[in-house]
Amino acid sequence: IKEPIISLLSLTLPTESLYIRISRPCFLSPNRKLKISSFYSVFFHFFSQHFSALAMASNNGDVKLIGAWASPYVMRPRIALNVKSVEYEFLQEQFGSKSELLLKSNPVHKKIPVLLHNGKPICESSIIVEYIDEVWSSGPSILPSDPYDRAVARFWAAYLDEKWFPNVRGAAAASSEEAKNAAVDQLKEGMALLEGAYVEISKGKDFFGGEKIGFIDIAFGSMLAWLRALQVMLGGVKLLDEEKTPGLCKWAAKFSADPAVKDVLPETEKIIEFAKLLVAKIKAAAASS
Amino acid sequence: MASNNGDVKLIGAWASPYVMRPRIALNVKSVEYEFLQEQFGSKSELLLKSNPVHKKIPVLLHNGKPICESSIIVEYIDEVWSSGPSILPSDPYDRAVARFWAAYLDEKNVRGAAAASSEEAKNAAVDQLKEGMALLEGAYVEISKGKDFFGGEKIGFIDIAFGSMLAWLRALQVMLGGVKLLDEEKTPGLCKWAAKFSADPAVKDVLPETEKIIEFAKLLVAKIKAAAASS
Repeated sequence: IKEPIISLLSLTLPTESLYIRISRPCFLSPNRKLKISSFYSVFFHFFSQHFSALAMASNNGDVKLIGAWASPYVMRPRIALNVKSVEYEFLQEQFGSKSELLLKSNPVHKKIPVLLHNGKPICESSIIVEYIDEVWSSGPSILPSDPYDRAVARFWAAYLDEKWFPNVRGAAAASSEEAKNAAVDQLKEGMALLEGAYVEISKGKDFFGGEKIGFIDIAFGSMLAWLRALQVMLGGVKLLDEEKTPGLCKWAAKFSADPAVKDVLPETEKIIEFAKLLVAKIKAAAASS
Repeated sequence: MASNNGDVKLIGAWASPYVMRPRIALNVKSVEYEFLQEQFGSKSELLLKSNPVHKKIPVLLHNGKPICESSIIVEYIDEVWSSGPSILPSDPYDRAVARFWAAYLDEKNVRGAAAASSEEAKNAAVDQLKEGMALLEGAYVEISKGKDFFGGEKIGFIDIAFGSMLAWLRALQVMLGGVKLLDEEKTPGLCKWAAKFSADPAVKDVLPETEKIIEFAKLLVAKIKAAAASS
């Protein structure tokens, strides 16, 4: 009698609950009562598995991200949510227009990304990543635990946003050869700085965050598709340079292959196509102003 | 007690609102520190060594290790001296809101209006500032929830980020011939808040008098214009 019941259980329930079922002490007499109690146990376990799955989803709350696939700033919270294994609804904006929801959720800047957690908006990519790290604190940590290391992580994320990425856009959209070269020179200086930071902060491990990706990895790695695209678009300029930035070259490959990253970072060709659209838009806006 | 806090130095200058932020934060935590003031117009060896990337003040040196960028320094102070009064809120959403407004303040700064060369540029800058003040008034009302400060009963992250700018704000109002940025009619909440913030024990020895900033601003504007003329 036991065998068919156990095999029935193994068909309907995950292995974990099957183990629990078998190990649960049975106070009833072996034959008839076991059959009936097992039926109800199957029913209860099946129901409770579904219930706990629902409970898990509602534990995370309602999570939506307003963004666009090509934006490196949007890639940051996407990677962070993946690190925490949090499911979310990705609401993509149409290129060239801003949705009502975006304007309502981020009236001050009207920019993506915006995270909506249980309807409440969180804006600015680095702020969103810190929020994700703090809310889903049981998942792998994104920021380091030591206050000094946290300050260093925040420093480099701010550097990338204030100094480094504006040069990427500048180099892509530069109208003169001179402006382009100036932007590229600044980018190369930045890459040298970041190589130094990587060597110092990773301490021989794969990532800025050590054994696993962390705050700086996400802030910088989210830019890799654009970085690679820029190298192509500028006729083979080497920003990731095996000779000058060997650490970052290895890091970039490892980061791109990380499970939390690989479905988020677009292919270089797709960014090149998109960049052409964007450059045209920027130039048109400059011409008309 | 001093050795429990470690060796704490702050590289900065009395007139810089960004430097005022960590000074206020250290006061909130009752942490004594050595204030190493830069000479106006030049950068010390220590500054260049401690902040080689940006070469800017403030820089906090804690047991010799440098921490740069004012908001990052304030967060560091809050995390290291965690037994003192909290500067950031405890709730993650409130923390995100606090960081949002500090970042907003840093992006839209006051210098544009002070150093504007044309009347047109000046008026444009003032209009933007007034829009910003309206936004901040709304944020204040929403976040303070009837209490004195953005941080509630006591000053917090947004108070420090914004309040550090008050001396410059007041100076600008005078230098622009009485323009009202803190406006009793349009920003009544912020007017009350500004008075309370300025009187806070952690703040009152840090925020300079308006007249001193006006004097200093004249020096700074001359320097900016000279740099623009020679570039």
